[in-house]
Amino acid sequence: MEEKAIICKDLTKQFGDFVAVNKISFEVNTGEIFGFLGANGAGKTTAMRMLCGLSFPSSGEATVAGFNVYKQQEKIKRHIGYMSQKFSLYENLSILENIEFFGGIYGLSDKQLKEKGEELVNTLGLQKEAKKMVGELPLGWKQKLAFSVAIIHKPKIVFLDEPTGGVDPITRRQFWDLIYKAADDGITVFVTTHYMDEAEYCNRISIMVDGRIDALDSPTNLKKQFSAETMNEVFYELARGAKRSDN
Amino acid sequence: MKQFLVFVRKEFYHVFRDKRTLLILFGLPIMQILLFGFALTSEIKNAKIVVVDYSKDASTQKIITKIAASSYFTIERNILSYDDMDKAFKQGKIKCAIIFPSSFNDDLKHTNNASIQIIADASDPNTARTLTNYLIAIISNYQTEINTNVQIPYQIQPELRMLYNPELNGSMNFIPGVIALVLMIICTTLTSVSIVKEKELGTMEILLVSPFKPLYVILSKVIPFLALSFIDLIVILLLSNYVLGVPIRGNIFLLLMESTLFIITCLSLGLLISTVTNSQQTAMLISMMGMMLPTILFTGFLFPLENMPVPLQVISHVVPSRWYYYIVKAVMLKGLGLQAVWKQTLILLGMCVFLLTVSFRNFKIRLA
Repeated sequence: MEEKAIICKDLTKQFGDFVAVNKISFEVNTGEIFGFLGANGAGKTTAMRMLCGLSFPSSGEATVAGFNVYKQQEKIKRHIGYMSQKFSLYENLSILENIEFFGGIYGLSDKQLKEKGEELVNTLGLQKEAKKMVGELPLGWKQKLAFSVAIIHKPKIVFLDEPTGGVDPITRRQFWDLIYKAADDGITVFVTTHYMDEAEYCNRISIMVDGRIDALDSPTNLKKQFSAETMNEVFYELARGAKRSDN
Repeated sequence: MKQFLVFVRKEFYHVFRDKRTLLILFGLPIMQILLFGFALTSEIKNAKIVVVDYSKDASTQKIITKIAASSYFTIERNILSYDDMDKAFKQGKIKCAIIFPSSFNDDLKHTNNASIQIIADASDPNTARTLTNYLIAIISNYQTEINTNVQIPYQIQPELRMLYNPELNGSMNFIPGVIALVLMIICTTLTSVSIVKEKELGTMEILLVSPFKPLYVILSKVIPFLALSFIDLIVILLLSNYVLGVPIRGNIFLLLMESTLFIITCLSLGLLISTVTNSQQTAMLISMMGMMLPTILFTGFLFPLENMPVPLQVISHVVPSRWYYYIVKAVMLKGLGLQAVWKQTLILLGMCVFLLTVSFRNFKIRLA
């Protein structure tokens, strides 16, 4: 296994004159929980899409799980998991059918699917609901299920794009328990969030402003560096200087 | 391959669990076919007719027998006087009358030229026109019969002259058009909505991040609908044949192949719609309204294309259903083979390849 899960050097994405992502450089260690922060429109999603193999960078270098983002997109896709802010399971399929489908397109065998399905249902305590349509579940459970499905194929890295949007604090806490468990299993977690309490849960965080990464360190060090009490203050301090606003 | 099957199975789950989709898929075609076939038919059956025969001879008797034998008319009774007939019309008991003058047979035999008077209840102009057309058709049919092996042709002049409609079965011309309309709407609507739905839900992103190739995503979306549309086609053909009595005179295999080509064309059109829209409502609106209107206007089954202004005729050439309608009419109703429709088939094939390429390219561009 590589030492670094993600290596970025001067990664840039330009849409015409607009530089969405401006020469960002960072490294993510294997097994780390890496928080990727920034105001809306700062360029988080664009950067993430490049790392997931959904779009090509304009310039710069990056490797994800040891694979080049220009030439080995297909290999990258095999080794990552992804969960977006929108809830992303099929509502009119049952829990087990969703597991079968998403496991299936990652090429898991029938036997693996059956084992995984049982394991997952047991961990989440959903034995009674296994055959229920996902649409009938409460949002918190859906999110937890979506995360479990995103890592069903044991990826090296999982990308989470604002995974806890619209979820109550207790469920968010439970969700983070799942993230920690995944990290313990050796999965690198790359997560974007707007909740500063969640930022505190990360090993290291980067804060993007106007397409650049303006700060990158552990939450404790960042607070020291900006002589702030909380992550909130750190974020305000940096985001205040932003020229781009929403839209 | 297994991934592919997993995907296709998922699509079938979606279809069979969604009542709305099922309704569009199976309710719509059956309803349309029956509506167009029965309600909108211009055909009139068992209209009551009065025959006033002043001539009373072999030739008038033959014509009367022919009228009685046709399913369009029921001979009410033989009224001998004009007054009785007039009364029957006023009371609405009869819709149509045919009068043979007393000199009918003599005129025919000696001058080879006779006339017949046809009177129709014109308070319903459409019915009147249709009925007189039927009568003229029957008379000219008789005329053709007696004209075999004669030197000077016999002529029977009906006094009411109307445009001659060679196809006596009214729903026959509708059916190929309705088949085109139904397939067009179902294929485009279901494909575009089902893909846009995944965009809306965010599952499309997940699929694109997975190692499953975009081409396969498209294929596994389209193949279930191809299969289901094919079933629809069979249902429509069975309904037209057994319920509406429209014959399938040509090669059924050729008809099915041509229809498959048309279905694929429509599916690609749906695909294209899905790449330019982001909400299910928009996709539905474009596919339903946006496709229905050109299909109804420019296919030629309701409004004759020849009578349209030239610019509209030009536009009609890019409407796929226009070509498919021509093919179905030729193969199904006239019993012609591929040699009669190869040109239309090639045009349709070209459209299909073009739409597929464009929509697939569009689909890929959206990923970059």
